Amino acid sequence: MTNKIIKWIDYRFPLSSLIKHELTGYPVPRNLSYWWNFGFLALFVLILQVATGLFLAMHYKPDAAIAFDSIQHIMREVNYGWLLRYMHSTGASAFFLVIYIHMARTLYYGSYRAPRELMWWTGQGLLLLLMATAFMGYLLPWGQMSFWGATVITNLFRATPFIGDEVVVWLRGDYAVGDDTLTRFFALHYLFPFLIIGAVVVHLVALHTVKSSNPSGIDLADKDNIPFHPYYTSKDFFGMGIFLIAYFIVVFFFPHSVLEPANNIPANPMITPDHIVPEWYFLPFYAILRSVPNAVGGVVAMGLSVIIFAFMPFLDRSRIPGGGRYRPVYRIMFFIFMLDILLLGYIGYVPATDQTITIGQVATLYYFLSFLLLPFISKAEDMWLFRRGLPSNILALIASEEEEKRIRR
Amino acid sequence: MTEADDLENKGRRSFLLKATSVVGGTGAAAACYPFVASMNPSAELLAKANTEVDLSGIPEKGMHTVAWQGKPVFVLHRSEDQIKAMAASEGGLFPEQDKDRVKQPEWLVVIGVCTHMGCVPNKEGPGWTCHCHGSQYDDSGRVLRGPAPGNLEVPPYRFISANRIKIGEV
Repeated sequence: MTNKIIKWIDYRFPLSSLIKHELTGYPVPRNLSYWWNFGFLALFVLILQVATGLFLAMHYKPDAAIAFDSIQHIMREVNYGWLLRYMHSTGASAFFLVIYIHMARTLYYGSYRAPRELMWWTGQGLLLLLMATAFMGYLLPWGQMSFWGATVITNLFRATPFIGDEVVVWLRGDYAVGDDTLTRFFALHYLFPFLIIGAVVVHLVALHTVKSSNPSGIDLADKDNIPFHPYYTSKDFFGMGIFLIAYFIVVFFFPHSVLEPANNIPANPMITPDHIVPEWYFLPFYAILRSVPNAVGGVVAMGLSVIIFAFMPFLDRSRIPGGGRYRPVYRIMFFIFMLDILLLGYIGYVPATDQTITIGQVATLYYFLSFLLLPFISKAEDMWLFRRGLPSNILALIASEEEEKRIRR
Repeated sequence: MTEADDLENKGRRSFLLKATSVVGGTGAAAACYPFVASMNPSAELLAKANTEVDLSGIPEKGMHTVAWQGKPVFVLHRSEDQIKAMAASEGGLFPEQDKDRVKQPEWLVVIGVCTHMGCVPNKEGPGWTCHCHGSQYDDSGRVLRGPAPGNLEVPPYRFISANRIKIGEV
């Protein structure tokens, strides 16, 4: 009977071949470490956010007069409303954490290199969409932090040449952040996840064309690949279990660690809180914004600090496969860069003093220098490693890759 | 009939294709206009574009904050000393004469939005301090130090009687 139904479907829709091609027969390198779990986790958190968000939207009211109270209504009166809200607010932080680890893995192992540039760029687009979605969602509780965060960030668009003021008024739909801003942010906060899902499909189609990278940095022979299902489904689900334990510890015991206390005060357009800080996942970029003394320059630097990752495939000129694992200089650069981002995050968190501004400026300078100097450093490192001598099979591999590149052109 | 010849005419076909694309593209762009325009402030908000302030209740050295177009506007009743001190200085980072910033020297009317990132500065000692990024302004709303790229803006306003101003109209 089941066979008959599947046959009936297969005649009209490629169900069996789809499952075979994308799951039971989809080849994945057998040497992936747990760092390769985070793409799947990101997809899982996306589903979690869409699901909790949908149910929150059934109780939330995007009207400046009652938005704040509707959150209290969700927290106190809606059945399990507190759970939905804490899952959603914790989920936002979890999403960024998972995505940042996913990106760090890509940087460390050089997974952005040919032929996976499009994966890196669609991923970059996904990050921007995620940031926009998170930013707009943060306005919805209509607390003091929501209001002033949205005010400061929409203000950044004043840096637009010639029509800056008009653009800001257009974005807000009012001369200051107000009811119209809240309603449109809610509409867009609901729309953007659909764009994210669309971009994820493109990301996955590209993945299934170029296949997963792996810690060795070279494409494995067929015999060293194993099917995604059941091997990696079970590994991904195990990782998901670990993730869920950590996630629910925060949801149940420390939900306020990702919420600002000042956001429990209703939005007041006449008073700015003494110390406004963005959510932790924006802190390094916020620190870069504050480090540039010129307002327009700060906005440009902040935009650039996110976009600059897209240039990695061009900036990295080494021919050695495997990223940080087989490239000692790149590895050191990677770890210092990670420390630099953490330092910037801290600087973005503390109130601005002369001392923290100086530290922030040095850290910002280092941030951009590590990208701008990468072409020269990677080339020098490449030459040094070749001079020192590489195993013959690696040399053969590099030669064959260069040959392939020439043919593809 | 010449039908077969018409189909063969490549130049005519490409002209039709281009013309249709241009007309269609223009139409599509024009259709976007109402959507984009709908995001600008509504007629209701524009109708609230003016705010009247009664000055009689503000004591000397006192400040009132009123809402104009959703933004705070500081109305400062300056004393003789403050007027003198402000007239004597040119401000700090962006020099400007005090007399160009007021209609009557006792009354300073400025938009209470820091020109840096849009926070509301606090009245502290002489002048204002913005807590977001540390910009400082004097009693004429001129920036003395900090990242602010300009002095506090003076909104359009006029005296409609000796004790009343209307913000939003010149």
